[in-house]
Amino acid sequence: MTLRSYVIAALAALLMPGLALAQGASWGDTPAGDAPPKLKVVASFSILADFVRRVGGDRIELTTLVGPDGDAHVYAPTPADARRIGDAKVVFVNGLGLEGWIGRLVKAAAGRSTVVEAARGVARVEAAGEPGHSHGGADPHAWQNVANARIYVANIRDALNAADPAGRAAYDANAAAYLAELDALDAEVRAAIARIPADRRRIITSHDAFAYFEKAYGIDFVAPQGVSTEAEASARDVARIIQQIRRERIRAVFVENISDPRLVERIARETGARIGDRLYSDALSGPGGPAATYIDMIRHNIRAFSTALSS
Amino acid sequence: MLDALLTPFTEFEFMRRALVGTIAIAVGGAPVGVFLMLRRMSLTGDAMAHAILPGAAVGYLVAGLSLPAMTAGGLVAGMIVAVLAGLVARFTDLKEDASLAAFYLLSLALGVTIVSLRGSNVDLLHVLFGTVLALDDAALVLIAAIATVTLLALALLYRPLVLECVDPTFLRSVSRAGTPTHLAFLGLVVLNLVGGFHALGTLLAVGLMMLPAAAARFWCADITLMTAAATLIGILSGYAGLLLSYHWELPAGPAVILTAGGIYVLSLTLGPQGGLVWLARPGRHLEA
Repeated sequence: MTLRSYVIAALAALLMPGLALAQGASWGDTPAGDAPPKLKVVASFSILADFVRRVGGDRIELTTLVGPDGDAHVYAPTPADARRIGDAKVVFVNGLGLEGWIGRLVKAAAGRSTVVEAARGVARVEAAGEPGHSHGGADPHAWQNVANARIYVANIRDALNAADPAGRAAYDANAAAYLAELDALDAEVRAAIARIPADRRRIITSHDAFAYFEKAYGIDFVAPQGVSTEAEASARDVARIIQQIRRERIRAVFVENISDPRLVERIARETGARIGDRLYSDALSGPGGPAATYIDMIRHNIRAFSTALSS
Repeated sequence: MLDALLTPFTEFEFMRRALVGTIAIAVGGAPVGVFLMLRRMSLTGDAMAHAILPGAAVGYLVAGLSLPAMTAGGLVAGMIVAVLAGLVARFTDLKEDASLAAFYLLSLALGVTIVSLRGSNVDLLHVLFGTVLALDDAALVLIAAIATVTLLALALLYRPLVLECVDPTFLRSVSRAGTPTHLAFLGLVVLNLVGGFHALGTLLAVGLMMLPAAAARFWCADITLMTAAATLIGILSGYAGLLLSYHWELPAGPAVILTAGGIYVLSLTLGPQGGLVWLARPGRHLEA
């Protein structure tokens, strides 16, 4: 050993106890609860996690794989996710092909967790044939219809009851209360849409997540033609959207693919269509955002639609 | 045929606005480009375009995509770099290109730092690439005003400017107008780049300034004619570039600059003033 390596070894020896202390301190922070161990549950993405949290209440310890503002379609699972799934008793997924990655992950985790498809029993809507965004037939964004959210909640309640029979009373009560809220929300959405004149219920949007909403509540969602996500649109792209808005008498534009706000504003000016707020479709916003829970998300979107379509 | 050339502009207001914007930029920028070229400062425009960035970035971070804030910021940053570089060149041994390089690099690094501290990369793209397709009233008025000011200022500065291009030593011997003229001219460069950057972005704005000037050099030897030719080429590039963007689905800003580049290559080969075809004709020098 050279002198240099002795010095390094000495330094390392000095630092090690410090490191160990620091780690010990951080481990010590985790609360050693006296309460009965909570049911460990994993939900695949933020909207589903909100349902599970409402039904499970404080009897469960919930982990969400794809958090707020994350895209569950293209998520790349981490080894930590596999460990969480391995630890969990119940794993909630949306199903309908949303989480293509979940099957392999559960297999890799090799735990004894039950996988529950929350969307089971939902009346399927076929996905629009869009290249690069296929879920094998069905459109997975079923939660955009509040009636489907009721099915999700019922599935979650049944799964939790099966996994933790001791908590049945609590789960049933939580689910009943939440279902009542969802009923009220459904009525709210219908009332809001009834206030929009029937001939104005057309929106141009690049989101492809509103097929269930469209079917349930009767707002027409039209996809913009020829919009690319490139940094700069061509004159032809802009002309096409303007022509389409004029031809189909579209009242509001919710276009996120055109990244430049100045361009969207120009389109709106030239067609008289209004520019809508940001919509939340596939994920909730962070805790402080406008769509922190499922109910907030639906309310936010419906408010965005009404503001853009009325007046 | 006529239909394909006119309909995009008659049917869509954004196309008309884009055309007016590029014409205004060409009217103001091309003459400035000619003088830059004749004074062997062709790369100065490029350097100044980078120098504008931190000012525009600060404006963007303070007020978002706001025209007045970004314009003011860009003007201030550009002017500071131009004046500092000009003064250092006049009063020290360092040549203008070196001092300009130093200041613009400082400025660019500052700009990138500011943008990365507060914004994401997407924001930076917005600052670097403007959108000729989204010119609102305020932007059009700004660009047109800049073109007007430029033409008036060039009319005033014309004689000393031409003298400085041809024989700076002579100008210095008969008049003290050299330094103020030079600084005013650098000011015009900054003004035009700030105007162009709203329409085309900082990088492409230089293109509509320098490419028409370089192309015009192959067609005329007379400065007045050369300015006129450069302006015409700039306008033509704007019109043809927008049409290309419309019919062939190309991004609009780059299409305009590529058209100008195409005209430059064409002039380089065919232009009567030293075009490649004429140079290649055997025996020309012997006869002369």
